[in-house]
Amino acid sequence: MIKVFSKEKWRGALYGFLALIIFWYILSLILKLPIIPSPVAVFINIIQIFKSEIAVHVFYSLGRILKGIAISIMLGVPLGFIMGYFEKVDKILSPLMYFSYPIPKIALLPIIMVLFGLGEASKLIMIVLIIIFQIIITSRDTVKDIPQGTFYSLQSLGASKLQVFTEIIIPASLSEVLTATRLALGTAISILFFTETFGTEYGMGYFIMDSWMRVNYLDMYSGIIVLSFMGFCLFILIDIAENYVCSWR
Amino acid sequence: MIKIRDLSVKYHGKNNETLALDKLSVDIGAGDIYTFIGPSGCGKSTLLYVLSGILNDYTGNVSIDGRNIDPKTKRIGLILQHYGLLPWKNVYQNVLLGVKIKKDKQGLDEYSHYILKKLEIDTLLDRYPKELSGGQQQRVAIARAFILKPDLLLMDEPFSALDAITREKMQELFLEIWQQNRVTTVFITHSVDEALYLGSKIVVLSPAPGKVKKILENRCFQLDNLRTRDEYYAMSMQLREIVSSKG
Repeated sequence: MIKVFSKEKWRGALYGFLALIIFWYILSLILKLPIIPSPVAVFINIIQIFKSEIAVHVFYSLGRILKGIAISIMLGVPLGFIMGYFEKVDKILSPLMYFSYPIPKIALLPIIMVLFGLGEASKLIMIVLIIIFQIIITSRDTVKDIPQGTFYSLQSLGASKLQVFTEIIIPASLSEVLTATRLALGTAISILFFTETFGTEYGMGYFIMDSWMRVNYLDMYSGIIVLSFMGFCLFILIDIAENYVCSWR
Repeated sequence: MIKIRDLSVKYHGKNNETLALDKLSVDIGAGDIYTFIGPSGCGKSTLLYVLSGILNDYTGNVSIDGRNIDPKTKRIGLILQHYGLLPWKNVYQNVLLGVKIKKDKQGLDEYSHYILKKLEIDTLLDRYPKELSGGQQQRVAIARAFILKPDLLLMDEPFSALDAITREKMQELFLEIWQQNRVTTVFITHSVDEALYLGSKIVVLSPAPGKVKKILENRCFQLDNLRTRDEYYAMSMQLREIVSSKG
């Protein structure tokens, strides 16, 4: 049953990738501007400088993304589950949630930076602050959507609260939580880029902006490609995880 | 022995209350199958939820062997109309869910193998519920209940979603396994035929709110070739009359 990335999906991804590159290549030929270099030159540049210049930035960015998502899941999922399962908790926390969800958290960046400094902590806090809401709300709603009848078998067996969580709530919501994580991932990479443009000398955000300042468009494009590829790999990882844990669907 | 005295259950809606069961009293003898029959909406399922400890908001007295219902200490096998299987567990895991929650030894023993074989699901152990037919899913639910070795078996219209041929086969199979350990069983149904075929006693409930209309001793219970006999026909007519009579 477990279908880890079917052939068709791979073919689709390859087709999309090629179409994009061809479009880019044609554009570069027509415009002949330094700001749109040929993709061939960019890929050659990546091969030349990846090890010596880009790798360390990938390492930092990947670390921040993974930490941010891990913290958001570890805090957000249990909180969402508790809100979904215990109505009283939901009644207290939901209004807070609805009120704070639409606040553009990125606007809080100056405050966070004054409070937590320019270093790693602020960057992580920003990522967590922005993506945790999606994860909390998805976890809560999934638990609420589990049909009441699903719990009956376990209740009639005299199962404990913990058993209800491990046997029903966690497996029932895992796939939705992974979907929310995938959505959050896109957002997380954007925030990462933004927060890496200051207060650090490491990270893909820094690398791209720095290349731009140096008017080295080949490096800049290389950075964008590598960052995109990083996001793509994380996407696939979540896809594989989803296929693996949700093979029952 | 299950004693139910003056059991009343109210459902609280947004602006109104509905009385589902109204002072229902009945004794259920140990080692018997009691079929409960009544029109839909008469609170049959509600009664089962009370007996299985799912619903605690009731008035009156319900006791099993002189003690309050506690699914933690009693072993209750519950089989629901829509099977109550967990879709993320395969047949093996679903079948063992009961013993897992009760923290019995893990794995299938000789008796479990016997049950699985009897129900013809021993070859489906690594399938997930959505890969099974309705009849197969119901057999998994039955296997789970029997493997638990319950003190009390509660069945809520378990065969009503099956086609007629599968249903009769399942009824036979159920009786055959039940024979081996004669566990006290409460069987909810809306079918006169099923009530007669499976119940040693038949409890007829009135339309909502549910009350006991009549308790019948089933003379036909476990006669050979039951469905072709005159006694069956006579009982069936009598039962239909009671079910549809007013008051």
